[in-house]
Amino acid sequence: MNKKEYKKYAEKRAKKSPVFINCIKAFFTGGIICSFGQLLKNIFEGFGISQESVKMLVPVSLIFIAIILSGFGIFDKIAKHAGAGTLVPITGFANAVVSPALDTKNEGWVLGVGAKIFTISGPVILYGMLSGAVYGVIYWITQKA
Amino acid sequence: MRKDIIKFKNPPSIVSYASVVGNKEHEGPFGDKYDLYDESDSFGMPTWEQSEGEMQRQALNLAMKKAKLKPENIDAIFAGDLINQCTSSSYGLLDFDIPYFGLYGACSTCAESLLLSAMAVSEGSFENCAAVTSSHNCSAERQFRFPLEYGSQRPPTAQWTATASGAFIVSSKGKGPYIVEAMGGMSTDMGIKDANNMGAAMAPAAISTLSRYFIKTNTKPTDYDKIITGDLGFEGYGIVMDIMEKQGYDMRPVYTDCGLVIYDREAQDMHSGGSGCGCSAALMAANFLDEIKKGILKDILFIGTGALLSQMSVQQGLSIPGVAHLLRIKGEL
Repeated sequence: MNKKEYKKYAEKRAKKSPVFINCIKAFFTGGIICSFGQLLKNIFEGFGISQESVKMLVPVSLIFIAIILSGFGIFDKIAKHAGAGTLVPITGFANAVVSPALDTKNEGWVLGVGAKIFTISGPVILYGMLSGAVYGVIYWITQKA
Repeated sequence: MRKDIIKFKNPPSIVSYASVVGNKEHEGPFGDKYDLYDESDSFGMPTWEQSEGEMQRQALNLAMKKAKLKPENIDAIFAGDLINQCTSSSYGLLDFDIPYFGLYGACSTCAESLLLSAMAVSEGSFENCAAVTSSHNCSAERQFRFPLEYGSQRPPTAQWTATASGAFIVSSKGKGPYIVEAMGGMSTDMGIKDANNMGAAMAPAAISTLSRYFIKTNTKPTDYDKIITGDLGFEGYGIVMDIMEKQGYDMRPVYTDCGLVIYDREAQDMHSGGSGCGCSAALMAANFLDEIKKGILKDILFIGTGALLSQMSVQQGLSIPGVAHLLRIKGEL
């Protein structure tokens, strides 16, 4: 068996992730998180808070909850089942920032937490900003025309 | 010509051994057989790397105690773990004042350290050697994969690095179990790049070592009471069984894998099983060597399997080489 054949053989016999069930789980947990966000919005509005502030308060609350759950070691247990359901909403980003921070505190505040806090979310921030800039240029050109 | 198989003229004896494990391993099928465990996995230390070192310290301490030996009776330690520059072994075994050799053979380190200890003792260079290895789920996860609290999904072929340590005292005197033969493994790379399928990456190395050994010794799997591989897990175990059968060796009646059996894979949700150098070390110390002592097993082959990847090699898109060292251990000479 050569390398190519072995790779094919190994890939073929490996049990695949249950994509269909994972999608369903992700759909519902993602949906629950978003509905919860909507509920928060309604509650905040009920208190008579201005639209602008509510737009800030809802994501901040979700981030806060995700961080607290990460700190207590609960978030990864939910994410194990929820997958993209917890990853795609802002909760996933919060977890991606706080988990390296928790992990590296023994290496110190500067070289540990400071240097490593964005190891997972760093690429998202970099390429998010880059695509934002590219979109800005396109927008500027189309507006001029 | 290369001397493939080392046949020890004065087979060294594994006079004592001890195992120290974490909580999940203690909850597993061999739970009662380990010598020590800590529910918190921290072993009272502030960082995971130090916890792992502490496991090695406790394991070696206990193994020496069982053999009624003091540090000054041990000529050398051969030790290793998975952490960069063998941090856990170096720091954990710091206080013993015994000449120390750090080894890295990934998860094959248990077999590697036993092999080197046996060579040194059999040659007469040393009288007593200690072979100590460990892995810790939290320190390995943090170094090789993601931060511990990061929420991710693991594929079915992924293995769980065992929080476990094993220490063995290999001596020129003693009543067994004896290491009678050994064979070093060659690094084998069959192009697997998926770090979540280490079983498939390491299986070719195990197959290479096993078939080389069977050809050279002109034996077959059923000539041995048990053939134990280190940590191929469900995936690698199946591949070894399958490919060995195609080569004309029926492994079925005698073959087992430490990674496959260390956890209750279904109940503990361990996907493809356990991995890490502590996995085979702890199971050899807690179960298989005891079975040899009791006479349940008389003649076994133990093949430590290691995946020689690093975080860098994975990021640079290199495939994962495996290595597998073989030891033949007998209850009586």
